[in-house]
Amino acid sequence: MSAVRLRLAGIQKSFGATRALKNVSVEIAPGEVHALIGENGAGKSTLMKVLSGAHAADAGTMTLSGQPYLPENPHDARLKGVAMIYQELNLALHLSAQENILLGAESTQLGWVDRRASRERARAALAQLGHESLDLDRLAGEFSIAEQQIIEIARALLIQPQVLIMDEPTSSLTQADTEKLFATISRLRQQGVSIIYISHFLEECRQIADRYTVLKDGETVGSGEMKDANLDHIVTLMTGREVKDLYPRAAHTPGAVVLEVKTATLTRFVGRGLSPTSAAAAASSSADRNTGPACSLQLRAGEIFGLAGLIGAGRTDLLRAIFALDDLKTGEVCIVDAPANRASPRDRWQQGIGFLSENRKEEGLMLNQSIADNLTLTKMGAFGRFGLINGGRQREIAQRWVSELRVKCRDSAQTIGELSGGNQQKIALARLLEHPARIFLLDEPTRGIDVGSKAQIYQLVSELAAAGKAVVVVSSYLPELLGLCDTIGVMCRGELTAIRPRSAWSESEIMRIATGSA
Amino acid sequence: MNATLKKIFAKGGPFIGLILVIVLFAIPDETREFFLTYNNFKIIFTQTVIVAIGALGMTMIIVSGGIDLSVGSAIALTSVVGAMLIQHGWGTPAVVGAVILSGALIGLLNGLAIAGLRMTPFIITLGTLGVARGTAKWMADNQTVNYDTSPINGWMTTADPFSHSLPSGVWVALALAILTALLLRNTVFGRHIFALGSNEATARLCGIPTTRLKIAIYALAGCFFGLAGLFQLSRLRQGDPTVAVGLELDIIASVIIGGASLNGGVGTVLGSMIGALIMAVLRNGSQQMGWPTYFQEIIIGLVIIVAVFVDRLRRAPTT
Repeated sequence: MSAVRLRLAGIQKSFGATRALKNVSVEIAPGEVHALIGENGAGKSTLMKVLSGAHAADAGTMTLSGQPYLPENPHDARLKGVAMIYQELNLALHLSAQENILLGAESTQLGWVDRRASRERARAALAQLGHESLDLDRLAGEFSIAEQQIIEIARALLIQPQVLIMDEPTSSLTQADTEKLFATISRLRQQGVSIIYISHFLEECRQIADRYTVLKDGETVGSGEMKDANLDHIVTLMTGREVKDLYPRAAHTPGAVVLEVKTATLTRFVGRGLSPTSAAAAASSSADRNTGPACSLQLRAGEIFGLAGLIGAGRTDLLRAIFALDDLKTGEVCIVDAPANRASPRDRWQQGIGFLSENRKEEGLMLNQSIADNLTLTKMGAFGRFGLINGGRQREIAQRWVSELRVKCRDSAQTIGELSGGNQQKIALARLLEHPARIFLLDEPTRGIDVGSKAQIYQLVSELAAAGKAVVVVSSYLPELLGLCDTIGVMCRGELTAIRPRSAWSESEIMRIATGSA
Repeated sequence: MNATLKKIFAKGGPFIGLILVIVLFAIPDETREFFLTYNNFKIIFTQTVIVAIGALGMTMIIVSGGIDLSVGSAIALTSVVGAMLIQHGWGTPAVVGAVILSGALIGLLNGLAIAGLRMTPFIITLGTLGVARGTAKWMADNQTVNYDTSPINGWMTTADPFSHSLPSGVWVALALAILTALLLRNTVFGRHIFALGSNEATARLCGIPTTRLKIAIYALAGCFFGLAGLFQLSRLRQGDPTVAVGLELDIIASVIIGGASLNGGVGTVLGSMIGALIMAVLRNGSQQMGWPTYFQEIIIGLVIIVAVFVDRLRRAPTT
């Protein structure tokens, strides 16, 4: 391939002290489907934001069809010929399909929308995708997710893009819809549109892409022709990094089972096909249409159980279902020594189960309230008699945790929103410690916090297990799971596919299962 | 020095506002003689009672992240209920109890609809605003409900200029304000109200029964609104189904001027009471200045905007 449609060379981008992109170079030919592969946090999204004009690169050059390409914002990028389909669809669900396709680019005459011209352009865009029969007058919200995606792609095609970026386009599609999407992509490829295809699912990339680029820690670490590629080699490229000695290993011996999840189907995944590689899928694909993928696990006292998987694989859903924040479609959660019919977050705290939300700001903490109130919210009643709170005792107990966990703050009466992320997280964790919980459900406990706080949290989790508590840790950072956990389960598309002791896992093995590339 | 000044400003924002409006009305020639007298403040305090008691209930609701637009109608309905019961010859304690309970019932229905149907408080209480007002007119047969006399009539009187004691309505409002402040600050129920308003997801995650809590908040606030209706009855000496139209705006404005946030999780009883006083002083002062009522309305409208803007300024650096 001699011609180059899009060339990125030496792209760099930093956010404060974080170097999201260190040195990224990619070349894409006209009519090529190019897979961009990398772990969570490898820099794919940042690169796409630079490409689509949402961020400006700090250094490096971009050329589009031989011309320097410097988009000022996403709209400018679109006009220059680079369109983006986001993972989360951006449709106005209360407007019709036609209005959505033409949003921001309506045909007008003297300020009035020219309905006939609009309709023709929308039709043309759909025809290009092979979906002429789509009802343009139906509301976008009435279409299936797959059809909504078609509408979104049609909108991108309206301005004849040279490059189309698709971010995880199949993450919410069924197997059949994925096949249809691939047919659409092949059509666009024949029409000369270059496509950047971002996906965690390596099998898919192999099926649809012509070439690939692997990103790791903000750098291009490999690229080549997809047909020559060895998937194991790609996985090694994605994960090949050293594990730092952050992880304490206190000796803990798993004891009796304290929590059991029995063939639970998560609500969000009902009706979704099992991962195509699963043996069960082949055996009973028709029966599973109504049930969906299932999760089963046993958690023991003194055990740290890691849950690995890609973002959106259902790890958070599983934790929330265990904690009774969300309902299960089928299956059950059994807590040893607790009546089975008592299941609400309130009951869970009473049963000695604590949950740390991955979303500190929106769910985990009350940002405009004090450290003490945040820390003791689950047991306010314990601080006094007859519903009256002894504020002094409450603050005193909070103060004890503040000093024990070395939280940087004025005192326990300070508003928690004023603290740094790491210190906020310590307080959120202290809530479980103070309650006290015997089963800890920790969702991304180290997300967005500094290394010092991270090491402290690892130490704490390890001590908890040594003291006989049971811990479930969800994390997208594999070295962390491998360094900390006794047992690791990997989830893929709502299914808990494999549970093995840590010694039986490697980073590439986890990625292989998580990406569904058997 | 700048820091201490800022601290004073942050702690006493509404209080400074109150002093400011009092000083403003104390200066002009038209008002100087009468404005800063005990008798005038007796009138101001008495005029504040209904809005203040309403604002106590509203403070709980707004701190919990909700809103209640049906207060004015609830006050009218409960005052009609009270007048009709006096007509039927009920004793005073029974009338007081029944009026408060009818307020609680309206609040309970609001709470059940908001928590049970998971609808926004704005919509539900906008609906009950109409329902309660219509019910009041229906019950009263679209006219005022008159009765001979009742001890209740004396609770809001300022008629005797030689009496130095404040009317009992003022004392009731004061006592309730202290109780509500204690409730919000020092009880599990109060802290849970703040938790609910600050972050409902966190409250749920921490095992707070959010549905039950919401119902309890609206029902308890309804008790306050019923009591406000009782004092409305005392003031008018008759049940009037068309009274207190738009009063919900005065009550909400008092709470907001007092520093509460419509997003929930922020607000104090002291602030709301000062807010109610600021509104009453503005009304009283404007009347003495001889300003027409439309001018008062404009001024109060502007004060609400300025108060909230200033409030946001002084909160800005902390978050």
